[in-house]
This record gives sequence, structure tokens and C-alpha cells, in this order.
Amino acid sequence: MFILSFLRALGRYLQLMGRTFAVPERWRMFLRSYLREMAQLGVDSIGIVLLISFFIGAVICIQIKLNIQSAWMPLWVSGYVTREIMLLEFSSSIMCLILAGKVGSNIASELGTMRTSQQIDALEIMGVNPASFLILPKIAGLVTMIPLLVIFSTVAGFVGAYATAYVGHIITPSDLTAGLQHDFTQWFFWMGVIKSLFFAFIISSVSAFFGYTVEGGSQEVGKASTNAVVSSSMLILFSDLFLTQLLS
Amino acid sequence: MIQLEKLSKSFADKDVLHGIDSTFSSGNCNLIIGRSGSGKTVLMKCIVGLFEPTGGRVLYDGRDFCRMSKRERTMLRREMGMIFQNAALFDSMTVLENVMFPLDMFSADSYKDRRRRAEFCLDRVGLADALQKFPGEISGGMQKRVAIARAIALKPKYLFCDEPNSGLDPKTSLVIDELIYGITKETGTVTVMNTHDMNSVLGIGDHILFIHQGDKEWEGTKDEVLGSDNRRLSDFIFASDFLKKVRDAGRAQAAT
Repeated sequence: MFILSFLRALGRYLQLMGRTFAVPERWRMFLRSYLREMAQLGVDSIGIVLLISFFIGAVICIQIKLNIQSAWMPLWVSGYVTREIMLLEFSSSIMCLILAGKVGSNIASELGTMRTSQQIDALEIMGVNPASFLILPKIAGLVTMIPLLVIFSTVAGFVGAYATAYVGHIITPSDLTAGLQHDFTQWFFWMGVIKSLFFAFIISSVSAFFGYTVEGGSQEVGKASTNAVVSSSMLILFSDLFLTQLLS
Repeated sequence: MIQLEKLSKSFADKDVLHGIDSTFSSGNCNLIIGRSGSGKTVLMKCIVGLFEPTGGRVLYDGRDFCRMSKRERTMLRREMGMIFQNAALFDSMTVLENVMFPLDMFSADSYKDRRRRAEFCLDRVGLADALQKFPGEISGGMQKRVAIARAIALKPKYLFCDEPNSGLDPKTSLVIDELIYGITKETGTVTVMNTHDMNSVLGIGDHILFIHQGDKEWEGTKDEVLGSDNRRLSDFIFASDFLKKVRDAGRAQAAT
């Protein structure tokens, strides 16, 4: 029963994506929506990304220094581990899990409300492809903005780590700098960016699917919003497993 | 002209429409009336293509909507305007942007001409001074008028109105009816309106189709509707005490 309903939902999702990836009817209108979505989904998320990344960077640095580091480990190990965790997992995967909550619920509730208030029907009657008109700019906007958010997150994490050095005096700034620079592999940065592009697609398309296919009233919009966040998060976790294996 | 031929629609094992035949002609207000749950919204959605009919045909000036390709349907839809029950205006756009939206999407005119057309449409519905307001800032009646302006912006050949008077006071309903009627006569559109408002029926019903439990029960004009001897239609029309009294007074006067 579960498999059947999963396959049915997958089929509907693929059909929706088929309609979404159509050439926009008016490029001018598409660009306008694309810029608006970049601002709404990406720029408006910078604050929360910076805040969370700053504190996580600081906490990782403190935890490694106080609980992991020992006399037989080099002094730069806290900075090194902070950098690797931020680059490899936090700034791409965990940050996208957080964004699935913020951006995913935003997309699902916006489209769900448009569906229940017949705005999507109105577009269809006008001869507009609603899936392409509404969903494509969201996917394109988030996929465009996510690498920037990954970079901001990583930098904010490092700033947080430096805060523990300069303000908390947990570690010396020179040890931290040595750790952050030690044995740097550029591919780890690109790995994070590539993973985040997949996650951005998952967040925007899955949330759009749940919002677009809402049937009923405001209660169903709320359910769709929750389902969008839960499903996006699950898919991010699963795909993180495969992508990490594939890209490492 | 829109022709319905043996139009039927079923959901799972429930038959909602049973072989409806009718013709909606140009320059007329064609009203679909019936009780709640009689199938008029489903009929409207089948006509505009939001639901796929189970059987029968919908012909737009001889073109079978059900047999059209996706592209042909899209092209035909650009000849349609629709006013939804709750106006369905785009929340994130101003009144002017809402009316300009279909023009921005499909008109090849310059921005100046598109704006002029949108302002003309808003002026036609008496909202020339609400251009920069958002839908949330205006009343329900004004939202319906914006929806009318948006529906006529591309000069449609077919205008569909799904219960445009629901939730409005009688005076505002009259304004909406007069606007729809006036636009229909001026532009010669085929107007199809779904309603259970008796003021609309008696005021603008050039052609009335009465649906009862998914069947065509009666068809006629506003002049014939009060004198009809169809029991179900009479039950529907004279459900209002006021109209019953008007009818009885008329009969009493005729008898003396």
C-alpha cells in the first residue's frame, strides 16, 4: 500500500516536473520572477544562515578543543576539524536541512494558498502554463543562490571559530589559522557546492510539488507545508549518503 | 457560440452530469442555474477545460475542445476570460499589475499601450483610482470588478463567470451584473455565468439553463422563467418568500 502510494506520488511529481521544465512563454516575465525568487528564497535566508553557521563554527571549535584534543595531537587540530566539518557537511548538507524548513514551507504554503484561492486555475484559464510560470523561477532562483549561501555559511563558521579564539581565548588565533590552512583540499569546497545544488533542487521541487497539488482548504495547506519539509529533509539525508559516496 | 453536446461527467462511481445539451450564443448572457450540488460548477469546469468530460463534446464556434491538442487548447484559452467566485486575483500584484498580467503575457503591444488598455479596463469597471492598491486592501466587490477588468483585458470571445455575486450585498451584486451585461452587449462575447442569484436570473438572463441533479431540467429566457410550469424550477425560483408574494400578487391582479 505504502509502495503503491509512493509510486503514484513519484509519477505525479515527474509529470509536474515535465510541465515545469518548459520554455517560458515570456522571458521578460520569467526573469522578473527569477530575480524576485532569488531575493525571496536566497537573499532573505542569508541572515539565518550566517547566524546559525557562526554559532555552529564556534561550538565545533570549542568541542574539539575541549573534548577531543589531547597532548599527543597537534595544536592546529581544532581549526583543521572545524574547517573539514564546515566544508564537507555543515555548510552544504546541514544548512540545506535548515533551509528545507524555512524555504520549503514558504514555497509549499505560497503555492498551496494560490491553489486553494483558485489563482492557479486563473493562470490555466488564461492559457499560461502555471507549473512553468510559478515553479521554474523558484527552482532556478534557489539553485542559483545556494552556492553563495554555502560560501557565506563556511565563512561565517570560520568567523565563529575565530570568535572563540579572540573573545573566548579557547584557542590561539595562530593555532586556529594553522589548522584552517593545513592540508587544504580544494575539491572539498567544490564537493559541498555540488551537493548543495542537488539539495536546492530537492527543496524547491519537492516543496513546490506538495504545494501545487494541494486539494482542499487552509488545513490541507498546513499539512502540505509540513509534508514538504519532512519529505525534503528525508530526501536530502538519503541523497547526501549517495552523493558523499559518489563524490569522495 | 458554444455548443454542449451530450456532455457528461463522472467522478469515480458518481455520475455528476448526464448528457447535457445546450447552445450559448454570442452577445447573450447565458446563465446556468440550479441548487447547490446540482452540478453547475462541474459543468462550468468541463466547459472551460478544468475538468475533462467523461462523454460528449464542447464546441467553441465548431471547434471541439475535447479533441484539441495541448497547443490548440492553450491558444483557445487566450480567447477566454474568467471571473472566479472569489475573484482569484494575484495577491502579490497591485490592481494595475493584475489587469496588465494577461497583456504582459500575451500581447505584443508596447508597455505604454498595454498600460493604456489596462487603465481603460479599470476605468470601465469604475476603478481608475485604485491602480496601485493590492487586492488585500480593497473590498470584495472591488475585487470582483478588478477580476472583470482582468478578464476583459485581452478582449475575450468567451467570458465565464463562476458565481460572481456570491458574498456580495444586493446593491453591489447589481453593479456586477450590470457590468457583465453591459460588456457582453458592447463586445458581443459569449458570456456564460453560473449563479443562484435570482436578481441576476431576472435581470440579465438572456438564456437560462436550469440544472437539477446533473440533468438539464429546463431552458428558456428571463421572460419565460417566472411563468414556467416546471415544478422543480418553480421550487427553485420561488424558494424566496419575497418572489412568492410577488407572483401571488401578480396572479391576484390578473384574476381581478
